[in-house]
Amino acid sequence: MIETLANLDWYPFVLSFELSLITALVLFMTMLPLAWWLSQTNSKLKPVIEAITALPIVLPPSVLGFYILMALSQNSPLGKFFYETFDVSLVFSFTGLVVASVFYSMPFMVQPLQSGFESLNKNMLEASYVSGKGRLETIFRVALPNMKPALLTALIVTFAHTVGEFGVVLMVGGSIPDETKVASVAIYEFVEVMDYTQAHIYSAIMVTISFVTLLGVYIFNRQQRRFL
Amino acid sequence: MINIDVSKKLHGMSGDMLLDVSLEVKEGSFVALAGESGSGKTTLLRILAGLESADGVISVDGEEWLRKGKSTPVQERGIGFVFQDYALFENMSVLENLLYVTNDKALAQHLLALTELTALRNRRPSRLSGGQKQRVALCRALMSRPKLLLMDEPLSALDPAMRTKLQNEILTLHKEFETTTIMVSHDPSEIYRLASEVVVLGEGKVLERGSPKDVLLKTNGSQKFSLEGELLDIVKYDVIYVAIISIGQQLVEVVISASEAKVLELGQSVRVSTKAFSPIVR
Repeated sequence: MIETLANLDWYPFVLSFELSLITALVLFMTMLPLAWWLSQTNSKLKPVIEAITALPIVLPPSVLGFYILMALSQNSPLGKFFYETFDVSLVFSFTGLVVASVFYSMPFMVQPLQSGFESLNKNMLEASYVSGKGRLETIFRVALPNMKPALLTALIVTFAHTVGEFGVVLMVGGSIPDETKVASVAIYEFVEVMDYTQAHIYSAIMVTISFVTLLGVYIFNRQQRRFL
Repeated sequence: MINIDVSKKLHGMSGDMLLDVSLEVKEGSFVALAGESGSGKTTLLRILAGLESADGVISVDGEEWLRKGKSTPVQERGIGFVFQDYALFENMSVLENLLYVTNDKALAQHLLALTELTALRNRRPSRLSGGQKQRVALCRALMSRPKLLLMDEPLSALDPAMRTKLQNEILTLHKEFETTTIMVSHDPSEIYRLASEVVVLGEGKVLERGSPKDVLLKTNGSQKFSLEGELLDIVKYDVIYVAIISIGQQLVEVVISASEAKVLELGQSVRVSTKAFSPIVR
């Protein structure tokens, strides 16, 4: 048993967490302005944008994976551009995984941030404007600090959701060891070759990490509420 | 001098309404905006702050805040605004709330001392009472040394005793900073104590303006005193009728005649007045 653990290939986990971390950070930076806009606007476009950002929740990962594959492959203009300009292949590579994960996990960043912004007292934001502060300063010094539970939920759930993705990763990334073979894909392969011992170990590690992370979020949110 | 001549279409609860107000406000004066709810008081205040758009002109000491659709952003107007719900920054302490506006520690200390908040300077707003929050909101609004202080029913959520105390504080601060102030208020005693001028709005228009004495005091002719109240009940005792009327914070009983009892309706606003009766015998 100890020998099995010592010889365990940890790289799929490292890849999973690296992918999730990058995805969460990319989504935070890109979706923060969008979530803010959605929370403040009365535009007729709002429901359209909301529907588009929520799509990855309801679509089968295979549909998302298929379109991303089509859009990023070297036969598509985008894939071709990236390959010719930056010498980066967007499919069956780590970069491609990041792009796919960003689409796949988008709603889990947008929705908590948007509802967090919407739950803030509008007068408090206006008080910041009256105090002479612009939108950016208001977001970072007033809005975000007053919605820590929503902020943490957005970051952690996006992270966790990316750790947990499987279908899109398999379609866009394949299973290249040390490049795109993340933990969830590794487990699938162990099961396929009936190596249940390794599958058990990997699965147990995933359950433990996920549970501890979520527990941390809920405990934090509970404490925040108690202080308010 | 502040010149205001603005108009804006409002979609109120009782249908569409045109807010159309022309006003001049002298520097250093204290103007109360009164009127029924839905008359456009708060909207006018928000237009002055730049929190809402409007057509027309607003000029303050020659600076044009609004003209031909060009509007100075709220950040650049240099105003103070006290919100009805105070709208303090919950993530900051009392002192941090003040310093967020301008990092002028001396002014912050001075304001906190004036309003007896020095001991509470490190508390979060969630651990303050309503009156304390109100004072923090007032101090925060003065931190930018505004040209114009706008207050939206600042004391409406407080009990009468706290109101009186804070009215005095507002007066003290107004005297010290000489800030031109426009305050939305429903409370006649508050207006009388604080304001140098009252503007009564109705349906988006200026109905009346003048000194609080002229506008608020309802006595005229030979009446020696006159009180406005709400008729709560009419009780018949044998042959007389007694009206129970709520005036201010008190209930009073007034004997009325049978014919008056017939005409009056419960819930209507009534005026109780008496004339002098002082016979002279030589």
